[in-house]
Order: sequence, then C-alpha cells, then structure tokens
Amino acid sequence: MAKWMSVAQVKEKIKESSAEEVTAHYLETIGKSKINGYITVSDKALEQAKRIDSEGHNGPLAGVPIAIKDNISVAGLPNSCGSKILERYVPPFNAHVIEKLLEAGAVILGKTNMDEFAMGSSTETSYYGPTANPWDLERVPGGSSGGSAAVVAAGEAPFSLGSDTGGSVRCPAAFCGVVGLKPTYGAVSRHGVVAYANSLEQIGPIANNVTDIAVLMDVIAGYDHRDSTSIDCETEYQKALVDNVKGLKIGVPKEFFGEGIHPDVEKAVWNAIHKFESLGATWEEVSMPNIKYALASYYIIAMSEASSNLARFDGTRYGFRGSGENWHMMVSKTRAEGFGTEVKRRILLGTYALSAGYHDKYYLKALKVRTLVKQDFDSALSKFDVLMAPTMPNPAFKIGEKIEDPLSLYLSDINTCPINLAGVPSISVPCGLTDGLPIGLQIIGRPFDEPTVLRVAYTFEQNTDYHTKRPPEVA
Amino acid sequence: MITKEDVEHIGWLARIDISEQETVEYMEKLNSVLGYFGQLDELRTEDVAPTYHVAEIYNVFREDVVEKSIPQEVVLSNTEHKQDGAFRVPKIG
Amino acid sequence: MVYENPDGVKIGLEIHIQLNKLKTKMFCGCSTDYHNAAPNTHTCPVCLGLPGALPVLNKKAVEAAIKVGLALEGKIAEETQFHRKNYFYPDLPKGFQITQYDFPIVSRGKIVIEGEDGEHTVGITRAHMEEDPGKLVHIGSIEKSKGVLIDYNRSGIPLIETVTEPDMRSPKEARRFLDKFRNILEYLDVFDGNLEGAMRVDANVSIYGGTRVEIKNISSHKGVERALLYEIMRQKNVIRRGGKVVQETRHFDEGRGVTLSMRTKEEAEDYRYFREPDLMPMRVTDWIPAIKETLPELPDAKRSRFMEQYGITDMHARSLTSKIMLADFYEGVCAEGVDPKLAATWTADVFLGELNYRDLAISSYDGEKIGFIHAKDPRIKKSFKVSDMVELVNLFDEGKISDRAAVEVIRTMLDTTEEKTPSQIIEEKGLFKAEDDLVTKAVAEAIAENEAAVQDYLGGTEKSLNFLVGQVMKKTKGTADAKTARELIIKELKG
Repeated sequence: MAKWMSVAQVKEKIKESSAEEVTAHYLETIGKSKINGYITVSDKALEQAKRIDSEGHNGPLAGVPIAIKDNISVAGLPNSCGSKILERYVPPFNAHVIEKLLEAGAVILGKTNMDEFAMGSSTETSYYGPTANPWDLERVPGGSSGGSAAVVAAGEAPFSLGSDTGGSVRCPAAFCGVVGLKPTYGAVSRHGVVAYANSLEQIGPIANNVTDIAVLMDVIAGYDHRDSTSIDCETEYQKALVDNVKGLKIGVPKEFFGEGIHPDVEKAVWNAIHKFESLGATWEEVSMPNIKYALASYYIIAMSEASSNLARFDGTRYGFRGSGENWHMMVSKTRAEGFGTEVKRRILLGTYALSAGYHDKYYLKALKVRTLVKQDFDSALSKFDVLMAPTMPNPAFKIGEKIEDPLSLYLSDINTCPINLAGVPSISVPCGLTDGLPIGLQIIGRPFDEPTVLRVAYTFEQNTDYHTKRPPEVA
Repeated sequence: MITKEDVEHIGWLARIDISEQETVEYMEKLNSVLGYFGQLDELRTEDVAPTYHVAEIYNVFREDVVEKSIPQEVVLSNTEHKQDGAFRVPKIG
Repeated sequence: MVYENPDGVKIGLEIHIQLNKLKTKMFCGCSTDYHNAAPNTHTCPVCLGLPGALPVLNKKAVEAAIKVGLALEGKIAEETQFHRKNYFYPDLPKGFQITQYDFPIVSRGKIVIEGEDGEHTVGITRAHMEEDPGKLVHIGSIEKSKGVLIDYNRSGIPLIETVTEPDMRSPKEARRFLDKFRNILEYLDVFDGNLEGAMRVDANVSIYGGTRVEIKNISSHKGVERALLYEIMRQKNVIRRGGKVVQETRHFDEGRGVTLSMRTKEEAEDYRYFREPDLMPMRVTDWIPAIKETLPELPDAKRSRFMEQYGITDMHARSLTSKIMLADFYEGVCAEGVDPKLAATWTADVFLGELNYRDLAISSYDGEKIGFIHAKDPRIKKSFKVSDMVELVNLFDEGKISDRAAVEVIRTMLDTTEEKTPSQIIEEKGLFKAEDDLVTKAVAEAIAENEAAVQDYLGGTEKSLNFLVGQVMKKTKGTADAKTARELIIKELKG
C-alpha cells in the first residue's frame, strides 16, 4: 500500500482489499512513527474497520481512517487536551463531528498531540512531549493542532481534524506542507470540543489535498441544535471544486507582509499570486489598517474566555486531583500541578483582563478593536473575492527555540489570528519550500463563502505540484 | 503594571497555587505581555461598539422536552473519589 | 396614619425561585423531577460541565420569566443576554454560573402589599434567569466537617432571581411581601412552592440609614421574618454599645434563631462578569401579547371580583385568594348554587382553619377535589371534594345540622382515610339536628330536672340560662341548635 493516499485512493484500496487491511496498514505506519504525533492510538480501530467490512461499505467515508485532535471528544477514548489535568479522562459522549464521521463509516485511528488546551503555536506545551515536524525532526510541526497536521504529512492518517482558535489548523498545515481549513465561525458544530476561546474557534479539517478537505466538510459541517452558535448553512463543499479562477479578484493586504517576514516566504506567496494572475485572476494591494492591533485583541479575548472555560478543571469530578486540606486548597494544588506553565500564564492574564478595574481597559477594549478588525475584513472582502497572504511569516522553527519567550511565540500568530476575530473562512495550502521546509499560502474568503475559497485552492492545486511534495525524513 | 500582590490576588481568583519564586517569574512574563497589549491604547474606540458574537443570531432555544440523563455509574466513572453515588471532596474550608 | 419606621429600617430581598414546573433544566434536557432520586441520576454532560458540552436555552423558561415580569408590572427588556458569573465552589461544576447581569429580562416592577400603615408599594428592581448549582452534603457537621458529598441533580435547574428595592420597613412587611409574591407565582403556575428548595431568600437589612448586612439562603418566609427581627435587634445592640455595624454576609441558623457571620474569603470574590459566548442574545418582546393572553386573573383582581361578584367581605376575599387553588375550590363550590357568603365562611374560616391546624398545605385542585400534602411529611396526602363541601354547606343552610355538627363533619373527613360523604358521616354519628319535638322534649326535661337553675335564672342570673341550654345540648347529644334551644327555654320560662 502506498504511504500517502488521498481519500479517493483509500476508498479504492478498501474496495480492492478491505477496510481492516487499510486500517491495519495505518496502524503499522503509526507503530513505526518517529514523530510522536499520537497521544492515544485507538485499540478499537481494527474492530471498527472489521465491522464496516461486515456491514457493507455504506457511507461516504466507509472504512476510511481518520485522526482526531485530542480536544475533540470521542466516547470511550481518553481525551487529554495535551494536559496532565485531564489524564485518563474518558468522555461519555461523542462530539457532533465524531457522530457525523461514525455515521459516514469513518474509522477513528486515535487522538493526536496538541499544545496543552490548544494554547500554543508549536505543540511544545503538550504534557506528552512535542511532536516532530516530519520534514525535519528537530523542528516544530506548528500548533496547536501539530499532531493532526504532522500525522497527515507523515502518512500516519489520510486526513484529520484539528481546531483553530488563532491559527491552530492553518499554522501546522503550513509548517507541515499539508492543507488545513478554518471554516466560517458557526459552520461546524463545537459540541464536544473542549473550549479554549468559544467566540473564536472552529474545528478544521486537515488533509493532503483540497478535495479531501471538501470531502470532510461535507460530512462534518452543518447545523447542530446542541451548539447555540451553530449556523444553518447548507453548503455543498465538493461541488465547489472547479478548476477556474477567471475574473477572480484577489486582495493582497500589505499588513500581512510585515517586517519580520522570511524573504523566501514572501517570494513563494507572490509567485502563487502571479500564478493566479496567469490563470485569469486579477490582484490589487489593499490596506487593512487595524490588522496590526489584531494580535493583542485576539490574545486578550482568547485568554479571557479561556480563564473562564478552564475553571471547571478542579479535580472534583474527573481528571487529576492534587491534595489539600480543604477543597479550595485542593483545587489550587490540582491546577498548579495539573496545568503547564503556558496555560497557567494565560489563565492568569485572562483573569486579570476580566477583573474589576481592568475589564474595560483590556477585555472591553479588545472587543471594540475586534469590531474595527472585522470592519477591515468586511470592507476588503466587499471589494475582493478573496484575500491572500502568507499563513506564517516564517517556516518551522527549531524545537525549543521560542518556547522560553511567550511573546515571540504569540507574534507568530500575526497572520492567522485576525481571521478568527472576523470569523471568516481561511485555508492554508502548500506553495513552496525554503531550505526543505514547507511554506503555506493563506486564502481568505467571505463569511460562508467556503465554495470560493475551496475553488481557488483547488485551482492552485490543479495547476501546481507543491501538494505532491512529501517529507523526505519519513518517506 | 502587575505587582507581586496582583499576581497573588489573581492566583487566588483563578485558584492556582503559586510559590514565592513563581510569583516573580509570572510577574515578569505577564508584564511583558501586558506591555504589548498596551498598544491598543493607541486606538480611539469611544464610539465603537464591542463585538461579542461575529454572527448576528438571536433567539436560539430548545423545547421543554425531557432527554435521557446519563447513568450514575458513568457520571462517576472518571473519578475514584466517590461515596454513596456522590462525588466526595475534602471539607470546603 | 403613616408608619414612622422609628429605627429607619430598610429591607431589600433577593428571592430565588425554581421553575420546577418546567419539565427540563435551563440549559439541557435533564428532567427537573429530581427530588426523590438517587444522587447524580438527573445529569448529563451539560449540567455536569463536562468539557465540550454546550448550553442550549429552554424556551419555556423565557416564557415563564416574561410571565413573572408581566405579573410584577415590570418592563420586559428589548434585548436580553446571559452572562457568566465566575467563582469557585464545589457545587458549581463549570466554575461559573450562567446568569444575567446588565441586561436582565425584567426590570422596574412592583408589588403592593398590606404594609404597616395600609397599602404599601414594594419596588422590584429586576428579575432574571439563571441556573441552580448542585447540592452539597457535609459529612459530619458544618463546623467539624470531614468532607463533602456532591450531588449534581439540582445543577442546571432553572431559576428566576427577583431583586426588590429596599422598600420594606419591617420584618412583617418582608414577610407579607414574600407571602404575596409566592401567591402570585402560584397563580402563574410557574412553580410548585411545596417542593424542597423551591424558594430561597437572601435578605438585606440596614437601620438608621447605616451599613447593609446580607443574610443569605433563608428557606422559609417565617425564617425570613425571624432572621430580620434578630438581625435588627443585633444591629441596634451594636450601635447602642458604641460600635459600628460591619458590612458583611451572615447566615441564619434556623434552629437557634440567630444570624451568624460567615466570614469567608468569598467576600473578596470578583465575579468577572462577561457575556456568555455560547448563548446568543434574545429579542422576545413580541412574545408579550400572546403571553399576556395566558396570564391568569391575579390575586388583587380576583379579590376585587370576589367581593363584587359574591358579595363577601374583604377579609374573606383575601383569605380565599391567598391560594389560587383555594379560590378555585371556592368558586367550584359556588358554581353549584351554594350561598356564596356561607360558602366563604365555611371555606375561609372553618375549613382553612382546620387545614392549618393539621399542617396540611394545599397542593392541587382538579375541578373536583382539592388536595393537600402534610407540610412536614410529604407522604401524608389528603383531599376534599367540591361536592362534599356543597353538600355540607347546603345541609347547614337548610338547618338540618348545627354549626358544631358541621365542624365535626369537616374534622372527621380530614382525619379519616375512609371515603364518606357528609351525609353518611352525619348519619353514622347521629349528627342530624334534633327534630323540633325532640328539642321541645329536652327543654321540658331540662327545666323539670333543674329547679335551682330555673329559679336562679328567673332571679336574674343569666349564667343559669347557659347551664340550662347546656343541659338541652347534652340531652340531644349536641344535635340541637343552641340558639333555638335558648329561645325555647326563655319562652317556656318567661312566656
């Protein structure tokens, strides 16, 4: 069996041999992994595959294996969120997207590594150790969905689900040379996803090609009455995959090409834009003056929401419990020992930003800046069909390089987090290599206009070969 | 900027036990991040409405119809600290 | 006569009521019928706060909140929103409570009560929706607790919190307010006040315009009155001794009747309210007309109508309308053609009195019978049929039984478990009013057998007449009509 297969190829193989064999192949690959991409490999995967074989291959994803980020609840499998505080916590329910995947016949291979509680851009804050980038085992895969992107890049799963709060699907997709989509806010149900920042995050599919992204979206997207922020949009994603960008109007926000950007990244992205031009699109520079404030606004909002969302982790009902002579002390010890340093920092900052006397200065201010950022997107997207920019200003950095300086790590989200503030859809596709490390092109669209975003990404893929490159380290 | 007392106070509000040494470390790192956040003061926002939700949806409800609860053993399955069907914790203090 | 309020007492109340008539919790589909259930059997990922679970709002809770708001003559907000109140406590599974903060669904209402000096208006600042936390049981006593057991069955139960202006000037007014408020809520049928934990009150009190003290979590109206009486006295004592009243939160010890300082670190809490990002705002003022249609006739309106329609006194009307089911029962009885004034006396004075004496709380009315539950032992249930009251009052009205006999019938029916009609009981106990000749015979015998008393009476001792009447009653085994017996004796002796 080939190491990297598209979903279509996987389905072919399942028809030729069996779901059980295909799943076994992936499990074997995982068994030889050098990247620490999985926290939990499911001991029920083979059983699931066998059952699909016996029931007949119904369902659009019958027998197709998938990896799931460890903050998306799969009933019966531990859900750690990369943290010690949720060690051995097993959810008694499936997230909405998991229900949809199981209905479609998918086989859950396991839960992938991530920055603790999705707080990070490098997967280095995981309690279970960092994940290595398949392109260079000494480098980070990006984060927080580093495991989900790395396993796809390494052929340890055909596709996966991650979550994107400030870039956590697009960043690792760019660093690992795969495709990752952050859907419009509300397009995919958050039921069952452990919340980091509720008003910013979405589950995002990660795959080796744009078609597989669309295949996944057709299964997981759509209204869920259990998520009050879920929007009823009936988009058909695969139908959008057409090789055509004639007349497409591309906006290039100059604020996304800031000072610290790597020259090869800039070159690769501009090459891509010119490629679109050669295919019949037009482009123009556009200014989004409030974007430079987006990072601060994003972090204040995210940390504030997180400080509240993570209050439930107190050792009382599940997870790790520290000791203390009374409940309050037990809780304080549990959280001190159970959370990693970055998580604690963000909880403290979020608590501070919401606290009496600072609420208006930080939290409320950040929400107002969010309005300005959103207005910039509304304005730019009224003139252009899509915006294009680098996903990450630099390629993957070395493990350990930035972890001691939180602020420098936060700054790497500079091109991705404004999109979360605005709630618009955005995809990262591979568009080149620098020194053997992948570069990601970000294509941003109007709310609920995933069809255009996917069409543009698909067209790029059909007319280039970046998506065919594979990491030599794990080949 | 954040003082040591501030760190202690928010440590209590957030129920995270912080040692003396950690207090100083947190103080430094938090201040560096807050320094960066300070750039938002450059923007005039008196007439700007905050965005709480990107999508303008209202009135999301469910009907008053009973759904099955989860069994007691499942509720308690993720902890060993239980007694007589209830969760057990130390006295509140 | 204006009440002078000599101690400058100002009382405000915060009342939490459970919408326990709703079938499901505020944000999830777990059943609200948890009272006799084993712990942690009415929970789900949402009300347990499991990671990844999301709240979805119960539409009926919003309707109930609007009903309450309209009944309080309050303003329903154009746009209303939930907030998070962040704090740590073992009964709070998410580490925050979903509640309402600066956009409550109801604001600016009022309730008029019988104050110290006549009608007195108590302003309602706001009423809002929120969720109940779970329940804690201390292992051992609160002071020497060895640990705590937590049951989350109650977590997520829908609550409405109502906050009043500090318009009550005495513990009595506070008590009257609570009685009236609860009465209105029962009329609205949004809650069953008989269930444990259905209504919880926090009271705020200050004297001489001084510092406010909060007394938390009082579970009965009587308790509120007692707590306030104690607290006002305590504050007066503090001031008399030259001290200052400290702003604090206190706890009411029902057993000892005293308030105790809570002195917990919770007072340093900063709730860091912010809008609940998982719930969308609501714009529901267009529901108002339809909900207004469903509003029942409220207590004050019903009282006025009763006085006009049935010609009964204000006191009777108040008594009858103090419980909606009693009012309905009364009207059920009147609908059968019974004299409404008589029905009022028998229902409001006698019947209600016998119920109170037996600690029976009215719990249901289905058009045919009114049901009661024992206030302390909910296993004891009784009922009383409309038809039986009709029969009884009519029998009395027709002069077939004396008032004493009628009272005995009611007592018998409330005390036995056998299903008997009044007529059957009257038969069995021989309570039918003595026939005229029986009474005449008894009068004659009483006079004949009690020469001394007769002479005393004729000599001017009125008391002896009572003695003679008593003798007649004895002879007729209580079935004679006392008034008639008296008149007959007088006629016999004085012509």
